[in-house]
Amino acid sequence: MIEFFNRLFGREPSSRTAKERLKLVLLSDHLSLAPDVVEALKHDLLEVISRYVEVDAANVDVSFEQREKQIAMLANIPILGMQKRPSPPPASTNGSSKRRKAAANGQAVPRRRRRKRQPLPPAPQPQLVQSLAQPT
Amino acid sequence: MINEVVQDEVPATGTVRRPRGRAIVVTSGKGGVGKTTTTANIGTALAVLGNTVVMVDADVGLRNLDIVLGLEARVRHHVLDVLEGKSTIEDALVSDKRVPKLRLLAAAQTREKDDVDTAAFRDLIGSLRDRFDFVLIDCPAGIEKGFVNAIAGADEAIVVCTPEVSAVRDADRVVGLLGDDRTVQLIVNRLRPALVRKGKMLSVEDVNDILHLPLLGVIAEAPDVIVSTNRGQPVALDPASEVGEAYRTIARRITGQDTAAPEIPREKTLFGKLFGGRS
Repeated sequence: MIEFFNRLFGREPSSRTAKERLKLVLLSDHLSLAPDVVEALKHDLLEVISRYVEVDAANVDVSFEQREKQIAMLANIPILGMQKRPSPPPASTNGSSKRRKAAANGQAVPRRRRRKRQPLPPAPQPQLVQSLAQPT
Repeated sequence: MINEVVQDEVPATGTVRRPRGRAIVVTSGKGGVGKTTTTANIGTALAVLGNTVVMVDADVGLRNLDIVLGLEARVRHHVLDVLEGKSTIEDALVSDKRVPKLRLLAAAQTREKDDVDTAAFRDLIGSLRDRFDFVLIDCPAGIEKGFVNAIAGADEAIVVCTPEVSAVRDADRVVGLLGDDRTVQLIVNRLRPALVRKGKMLSVEDVNDILHLPLLGVIAEAPDVIVSTNRGQPVALDPASEVGEAYRTIARRITGQDTAAPEIPREKTLFGKLFGGRS
């Protein structure tokens, strides 16, 4: 009955608000607690973008921002110019040293985040690069 | 006289070849959610079921397990005395007149958590596992040294969480720190079914939608717990108490004697019965 009135007046139960807030904050917590995952994401992101444009890798900034109802990933990637030819993606050397470091110091070992590496996508299509080069 | 009787219940070191006991840490991250009460009651209930149980208070500097159990006047030595060779394990174990198979190893009150060496504490838990069926470790709040020590020797963990955003967030953090190698189970503590029905409190389902842990049990908020703590009489010893029964059920689930899914407490009022406890 109370729920009915709440719905009537467009007010959601506080337990639902609590759950939604928790989901958001935990997503944010997990991202900030997994710097290796964020690094890997950044690495892969650059890898893909670099196939099409030349980026200023030293000044890349990837961050996460908690908003009212969602978490947004903000990537600021300075572009130096167009890529003349698509270059093959370099081999990944990203490893998780956080667990080993923590274990060596006798600290609590952070939980291993399951991360599956996707196989690298097929070679980029030259036509796509051309079409991107066209000013819109 | 009682002490002599009691001593027969728990075999001394090395006298009996037996399978290693289970070391279970009771933890939560957040303080004040009921870790100590949970440890005291589960330990008591396990001992009443016939298991030999030792409870270890890992909250060095803020020792409370002894007073919740009503054993505060019997503590002579503590964990650090044992670790520093000032006392034998036998001398430091406090027995409980009411529950012959139960022992308590109290924390040091005047020392700090940083005084405890993690490896030494892990070894102590290991040697207790050789003597007892269950070693229950009452973990301090926080995720610093005290937490690291408390979980070091445990291969199982019980995460206690109340249906509050802060407790759930901290529980999630602690689950991450417990790692993948430990069995982790959840107890939702201090649930208020009436508030859940009104949508004013996270339900057990809400909490576990976020934590995704096997549910060991649910304890409703009840005056029995406050009264029993005042008296130093674990509510698990009260045959008339519903919460006491909930703890006894949890103990049976831990030993595998009870395999039914944990019951979610319902409202007791007539209104609650008529309109159901779901929301």
